[in-house]
Amino acid sequence: MLTISTGNNAVAAAVRQAIPAVVAAYPITPQTEIVEQIANYVTNGSLKSKYIPVESEHSAMAACIGASITGIRTFTATSSHGLLYMHEMVNWAAGARLPIVMANVNRALGPGWNVWAEHTDSLQARDTGWLQVYVATVQEAYDATIMAFRIAEDRRVYLPVMINLDGFSLSHITQQLEESEIGDFIPPLMLDHAIDTKAPAGYGCMTPSTDYFRIRYDIERSMRDSVAVIRETEDAFATKFGRKYSWTENYRCEDAEVLVLSMGTLGKEAEVAVDILRDEGVKAGAMRVRWIRPFPELDLGDRELVVIDRNYSFGFGGILASSIRAKTGRQCYNVIAGIGGQEVTYNDIAGFIRNRRIGEETWFGVDA
Amino acid sequence: MTDIRVQIVMSGTSATEYICKCTSACAGCSSSLILRHVLKAAGPDTVLVVPACCTSVLQGVWPNTAFNIPVYNVAFAAAAAVASGMAAAFESMGKNTNVIAYAGDGGTVDIGIQALSGALERETNFLYICYDNEAYGNTGMQRSGSTPIGARTTTTPGGKVHKKKDLDRIIAAHNLPYMATACSAYPQDLAKKVQKALSIKGPKFMHILAPCPPGWRYDASKTIEVGKMAVKTGLWAMYEREYDLLTISGPTKAAMIKPAPLEDYFKMQGRFSGLKEEQVKTVRGEMERNLRMLKAEAEGC
Repeated sequence: MLTISTGNNAVAAAVRQAIPAVVAAYPITPQTEIVEQIANYVTNGSLKSKYIPVESEHSAMAACIGASITGIRTFTATSSHGLLYMHEMVNWAAGARLPIVMANVNRALGPGWNVWAEHTDSLQARDTGWLQVYVATVQEAYDATIMAFRIAEDRRVYLPVMINLDGFSLSHITQQLEESEIGDFIPPLMLDHAIDTKAPAGYGCMTPSTDYFRIRYDIERSMRDSVAVIRETEDAFATKFGRKYSWTENYRCEDAEVLVLSMGTLGKEAEVAVDILRDEGVKAGAMRVRWIRPFPELDLGDRELVVIDRNYSFGFGGILASSIRAKTGRQCYNVIAGIGGQEVTYNDIAGFIRNRRIGEETWFGVDA
Repeated sequence: MTDIRVQIVMSGTSATEYICKCTSACAGCSSSLILRHVLKAAGPDTVLVVPACCTSVLQGVWPNTAFNIPVYNVAFAAAAAVASGMAAAFESMGKNTNVIAYAGDGGTVDIGIQALSGALERETNFLYICYDNEAYGNTGMQRSGSTPIGARTTTTPGGKVHKKKDLDRIIAAHNLPYMATACSAYPQDLAKKVQKALSIKGPKFMHILAPCPPGWRYDASKTIEVGKMAVKTGLWAMYEREYDLLTISGPTKAAMIKPAPLEDYFKMQGRFSGLKEEQVKTVRGEMERNLRMLKAEAEGC
């Protein structure tokens, strides 16, 4: 069914297709519309879920954990300070190997209060054991949410998945959306370690230093195994619904001599910037990194790299640029742009590429 | 040869033990005694949700567990919220499994109170039990909001200067279908209250006094005596409340008529060794106020 939708409503519509047995969530700008829409679905009977209107984000994730360990499907959504407030339980969810799916609407952190897009919130959770995907369109928000359930619940993974969408610049914009009847695309959840009073077990008990690291390593092993599961899931999705996704979205990259890498909606601006530069005779390409955990193998060749980070790790640098340097040993021109919803146009991005100084870092609007 | 061993089973409860022998609990631990009776009263179709507290330790070390019901250990502040999710999930599956959160006073009156209040307000179908040893026992007896005034803990070496938080009136403000107070020294009363709680749908709460030999500084053999003295003095009042219908339990009714001297309770415990006269006065004042309010409520005044 072809319709128009905001990014937030697309996530809610995907959740209605996945039918989690329990949704526990707490409202926060700019995620609010997701939980409001789910509450509407539950109230009007079009989504048969238990909706738990918890009193905090810490409790939202805690309730998802309690529900998930019984072997049922769960979903929550948050943003920014909400994600930070639940951070303890975000770690717990992955450590407990629970296939919880969460949408995080990326938003800057206070102070001062700022409700606009930035990726520092979810990137602070990159070491928790969650899989993380960043989307750039309303359709992709919908599709990634549906795929997230199948990936998380795969026995080879059993790890939670976070779908990240930019606050306002995706959560609140309206685009065309193809809503698909997913049928059996997400198989029924079979959680091997679900609680069973007929087969009692202790969960999360004291674990000595002679064994604890094995359990942590097992998270990493599943993170590595998730690479194949993500590929299979995205291929199966393309076959069934005709929409193809991968680790990165590449735009005019084949013959490019300079690549601009970014995450989220800025990646779409970068495509326009590439068209402008191509008209000027510059062989530019745009590569939008979708998955940040597991971190993808990037096909960078020997091209010059411009990396836009809508985030920052103080005392170190932009997190995407740092990750690319660490993984590939390649230097880049790192532009910190779009912080707290700072406006970044395709003309600005074209400028970043024209004026690139490989090996340096620039804060857009500060150094320039 | 005939086996002449006799198994003594408390009337009205199960012969099955859900906590195996030789846990890592301290000698004279009353919180494990409470849990023993809670689980016997609840039966095997029960899941225990345990935040950081002594109970997370006494299960033993992975891959072993001393409990033969499922125990879900969770982060300190999260017990009531995890139990909310679990209760909703069982409800969605049409299961009647008991969900019992079993938390210490730190995890209840301090760090966990927000999640608890939320779960009660949302009418979660679960039983939340706070076993109260009046300090952070698991980490070696630091002060909690539930530590009484004057008690020495490792973070109040000169005795606590603040009063014990009145948890039960905070809980009562949620107007629950069932809440009760109990004490480890009165296991039959405790077990009956657990059974009653679990027979009722909706949010249930129990606050159980759990004397702690190393923390309260008395000999492990005196755990029952100390618990009984807390009740006999009237300091620990036992009752049940079904919405606004209050029933005061027998031992507390007796204490209201003829209380044991408060000083006898303090004298039994090393933690009160530096108790000042005005602190005794404060405790007495708080106790009398509590009993007066309970009596007035029970008499419908």
